[in-house]
Amino acid sequence: MQYSYFYQMNYLEAIGRYFIMVWEVFKKPTKWPIMRSLILKEIDELIFGSLGIIIFISFFIGGVVTIQTALNLNSPLIPKSLIGFATRQSVILEFAPTFTSIIMAGKVGSYITSSIGTMKVTEQIDALEVMGVNSLNYLVFPKIIAMLMYPFAVALAMYVGIFGGWIAGAFGGYAPSGEFVKGLQLDFIPFHVTYAFIKTVVFAFIIATIPSYHGFYMKGGALEVGKASTTSFVWTSVVIIILNYILTQLLLG
Amino acid sequence: MIQVEDIHKSFGDTHVLKGITTSFEQGKTNLVIGQSGSGKTVFLKCLLGLFEPEKGQICYNGQFYSELSISERRDLRQEMGMVFQGSALFDSMTVEGNVMFPLEMFTKQSRAEMQDRVDFVLERVNLVDAHKKFPSEISGGMKKRVAIARAIVMNPKYLFCDEPNSGLDPKTAILIDNLIQEITREYNITTVINTHDMNSVMEIGEKIIFLKNGFKEWEGTNKEIFKTDNEAVTNFVYSSELFKKVRQMYIEERN
Repeated sequence: MQYSYFYQMNYLEAIGRYFIMVWEVFKKPTKWPIMRSLILKEIDELIFGSLGIIIFISFFIGGVVTIQTALNLNSPLIPKSLIGFATRQSVILEFAPTFTSIIMAGKVGSYITSSIGTMKVTEQIDALEVMGVNSLNYLVFPKIIAMLMYPFAVALAMYVGIFGGWIAGAFGGYAPSGEFVKGLQLDFIPFHVTYAFIKTVVFAFIIATIPSYHGFYMKGGALEVGKASTTSFVWTSVVIIILNYILTQLLLG
Repeated sequence: MIQVEDIHKSFGDTHVLKGITTSFEQGKTNLVIGQSGSGKTVFLKCLLGLFEPEKGQICYNGQFYSELSISERRDLRQEMGMVFQGSALFDSMTVEGNVMFPLEMFTKQSRAEMQDRVDFVLERVNLVDAHKKFPSEISGGMKKRVAIARAIVMNPKYLFCDEPNSGLDPKTAILIDNLIQEITREYNITTVINTHDMNSVMEIGEKIIFLKNGFKEWEGTNKEIFKTDNEAVTNFVYSSELFKKVRQMYIEERN
């Protein structure tokens, strides 16, 4: 009973400290010329550095969604265009924003935790603080701003995913090209794209801040940096999944 | 000058600093010595304002730290330079970038003015060919010198060093010690050094305080430490047979 109580207190303390950290990030800003170069560096590292893996995964996921849908629609009464429709809906609503964000939680999140964690272990964060620099603003704010570019990466994931689906459908013999494209245009609701981008912006904030929290407040040495990266991936994924549910209920429910 | 009055610091149930009172004079190299776990690093971090003592006061040239506003504390920190045990250089920046960093952050100097200042301090620490190198490309001794250059680039009033010659060979350690002492005198800085190094104690310890289990056990100069009868200090300083013999010879010579 007592163990459980302290365990819950630890979670509550961590949640409270996370929100205090987020508040501190926006206080006492770094000089703009320095911040601008930090933001550009982070955009290059976090967004452009991830485009390769996003394109690769989206292409094959789109293809697999098409094949799976086609294999499960055996009835001759169901039009083949439904394969294109199902691929579009799956990719735009879930695979591009949510699946890509889980991948990014692993790739970008572990990079953020390990880079900030290493700075913590090697006293570089203390060095910033001693100089009078708001280390949270200096380290985390550029990452948050860089991640505002993340919806562009997800838009690319949508296009590539649907393209992958079309390639798999048309060239794998699962759906004729014309039928697939007809399905893509069927009952298109623009708000679904808006919904996907709203989710993406929220996930971008989570991907930038939760790994930063785990890196910034880690204790110990090099081994703990590795553990913190793993923990940050788990918690970022958990929060993304929970927020995905809540946002879907709020926006589409 | 830094005056410390009865400071206490705890972490959970562990009472690390138990009422330390001392003062550190301007233009002198002040050493804090003691065994691992005696509270030296916590004490230094309290002086730096990284830890807030639960009780007691730290006064910097008449300014009580606890009475300063956040912006005044920030201004005070810009008057402090710190050399960390592991140098704490920014990996992603060159030597030049590391030294220029405080100038870029806190001054409105032009690029040329900043470059001049960086060249000057790097020359002062005898590093003239390392401007474009990254920390991973230079030796431990060079890293310490870059850290000293970064610490003094803003003309600080206070210089803090956490074991500045740990991990260095004896010759380089002496060079670093001498450099810190020269800079302290040249710029009339209040310097506080945490060290385990007995060479440093003997060579540059103009004032030494010895911490034991969070208490200030002894304070004096490098000359007085030879004569002290304090058992804890003699056991710590003269822990090696060589130092015991040196001390014995000194006492016999005096008698």
